[in-house]
Amino acid sequence: MRMPGARIVLECLKRQGVDLIFGLPGGAVLPIYDALYDFQGLRHILVRQEAAAGHAAEGYARTSGRVGVCLVTSGPAATNLVTALQDAMMDSIPIVAFTGQVPTHLIGNDAFQEADNVGITRSCTKHNFLVKDGNDLGPIIREAFHIASTGRPGPVHVDLPKDILVKEWELVWPDQVHMRSYNPNYEGHPGQIKRAAKLLARAHKPILYVGGGVISSDASAELRELAELAQLPVTQTLMGLGSFPMEHPLSLDMLGMHGSYYANMAVHHSDVLVAVGARFDDRVTGRVDAFAPNAEIVHIDIDPSSISKNIQVGVPIVGDCRRVLVKLVEALREELREDPAPAVREGRRQWAAQIAEWKRDFPFRYEWSDDVVKPQYVVQEISNATGGEAFIVTGVGQHQMWTAQYYKFKHPRMWCTSGGLGTMGYGLPTAMGVQAANPGKLVINIDGDGSFAMNSQELATCFTEGLPVKTVIINNSGHGMVRQWQRIIYKERYCAIDLPGIPDWVRLAEAYGCVGLRVTKPSELVPAIEKMISTPAPVVLDVCVDKDECVFPMVPAGGANTDMILTAPTRAVRDRAAKSQTGF
Amino acid sequence: MQNGNEPRTHTIAVLVENKFGVLSRVAGLFSARGYNIESMSVGETLDPSASRMTLVVRGDEFVIEQVTKQLHKLIDVIKVTDLTDESHVERELVLIRVNAEPSNRAEILRTADIFRARVVDVTAVSFVLEATGDEGKLEALIELLRPIGIQELVRTGKVAIGRGSKARVRRVEPPRKPRVADDPKVVGFAD
Repeated sequence: MRMPGARIVLECLKRQGVDLIFGLPGGAVLPIYDALYDFQGLRHILVRQEAAAGHAAEGYARTSGRVGVCLVTSGPAATNLVTALQDAMMDSIPIVAFTGQVPTHLIGNDAFQEADNVGITRSCTKHNFLVKDGNDLGPIIREAFHIASTGRPGPVHVDLPKDILVKEWELVWPDQVHMRSYNPNYEGHPGQIKRAAKLLARAHKPILYVGGGVISSDASAELRELAELAQLPVTQTLMGLGSFPMEHPLSLDMLGMHGSYYANMAVHHSDVLVAVGARFDDRVTGRVDAFAPNAEIVHIDIDPSSISKNIQVGVPIVGDCRRVLVKLVEALREELREDPAPAVREGRRQWAAQIAEWKRDFPFRYEWSDDVVKPQYVVQEISNATGGEAFIVTGVGQHQMWTAQYYKFKHPRMWCTSGGLGTMGYGLPTAMGVQAANPGKLVINIDGDGSFAMNSQELATCFTEGLPVKTVIINNSGHGMVRQWQRIIYKERYCAIDLPGIPDWVRLAEAYGCVGLRVTKPSELVPAIEKMISTPAPVVLDVCVDKDECVFPMVPAGGANTDMILTAPTRAVRDRAAKSQTGF
Repeated sequence: MQNGNEPRTHTIAVLVENKFGVLSRVAGLFSARGYNIESMSVGETLDPSASRMTLVVRGDEFVIEQVTKQLHKLIDVIKVTDLTDESHVERELVLIRVNAEPSNRAEILRTADIFRARVVDVTAVSFVLEATGDEGKLEALIELLRPIGIQELVRTGKVAIGRGSKARVRRVEPPRKPRVADDPKVVGFAD
């Protein structure tokens, strides 16, 4: 059947099972918007800035387990989208981004709104395509979704020149995708899995370190089975939060730069460390030569290039986390059939006791105040009010770390944060995508005043598209994380961090048709959260918090995880931190 | 990294889809990750839908492992083979324009003869020599010609192929009429 390229794009999306796209029109993609005018079965959400379309697609993808889709025009729209693409790249989020392009005969002529889109996105996508022949539209779109959603997921970009969208072509839709150059390995090597099981069965001080791969491969149930089978403590990365219930007795919460003392100590002292779907990021490892120095490391990951990239690994297992964990549970059960040696039993008993002691002596803690709202308290009360059953999204900064520390995550795919790239402004647009994918569910964007300001225009989208996202601004009138570093590492030479009370977030929310609420005293917090949750419209709850509060524990960049700063530091500690900082 | 291995030069054969943008994907990988390419040569293979790149990269074992993994991660890369520790033949072609005054024309020709280089262009004052060989041979030739006066020098970068009967390029198309290279009787050109 012959039809215009624009129509082919929409037909292909429908066949691919897409029901929702986030986008913003413009010259080069007008043919698609024209075709969308009377196309059935595809909802389009009009965002206010193109990066928001990308982030919304990420939120949709992360919480639904399906591929998120966004559509923007050429040139500046494509360059605006780059941040979201790189964000999805770093966090392995499957999205397919369509951009418009000038007609093929004008490519390279510096035409209006022209940019070398595929040249620009080459390094921030898993793969990209420039469609030069309309007959390739179907196969390319099919491959784009296949690449985005399989193997290690990631963003795929398809660039669509305008003439390709206008001209009529035959709709080609391959039944299957076969690519000789792309065949991810899903099954882990049985011999390696057996080695891992033997190590775990004999370990005195084992620990599981789990990341976003557990969520991408829907392996939470298998992870829990493994942990409970051999009573293995579990620590999660920022991206892995929700893969293991935080209130589980084996949970050690998050590890790394702002992770728990007990998680970092347990990792440091472990003798067998099993990394599942995690990539030994520098924010997790701290100084690499001091990371788990005595541990035999098993690394389960679908991406071979993640293995032995930062840390040399003894037992690499390339495969899908869920499938490998299923096999690992089987193998471990086999190993545990014989009673463990008395030394192992005694070692494990001491290990459990040691961890319990760390947990008892060094929990996450902050000083309570009756006068000023402590940011950690805000997160705790959100956690209490929702019982861990809400979708939580954050921006980037202190509030993000407090959320990771104090929110009691229960379920996978209910947490979105910009982990790898650290994209400020991620919160609201992503929450929008989460809300669109989960209508009727409670979606809370815990944001900072600096971060929220970067995409607050999306309140308009929330209002007009009926997406009742709840935003809680942890408002400390400044760039808190930068302030914290300047305080601890740069000797209190505060520079370019003040955001003094502008705008008035309550009035801004109201200007966008949303509901604005404000809290300035601790006693007002709980009623305000309740009111926010019970309001059916999008809400902005502006919570004015203690601006001097810092995120602790903290490992200064370049430091070892055992060099944690636990409380507001003395001058001597600050000097030491400044010294251990690499390059300064 | 924790790896104390000495850096050395590796020859890596990369079979890629013969598609728009592949070269820049490979080149971009090297620049994005801070690896250096010493040389790179690309050409079509027996299967016109695939191209074969020969990369020469210097690095320790850890770097080379990452290079091969990252190359393999590119969607358009079909196969990556590190030929360095396998039995293989590698060749490079060089074109050299050298000063050829009457006083040294004979010496240049003698030198060319020893290296089995050919004269492919002659003027009253210059020769252009064509030579193939491995890196050591070409370096030796260049060093001998340098005192005479090299005006210009162009090198192709290395190409390499594994020795023996094992094919590294999986053919996806039905076999075509054998070419010289396919004929098992022809084992190689005298060199």
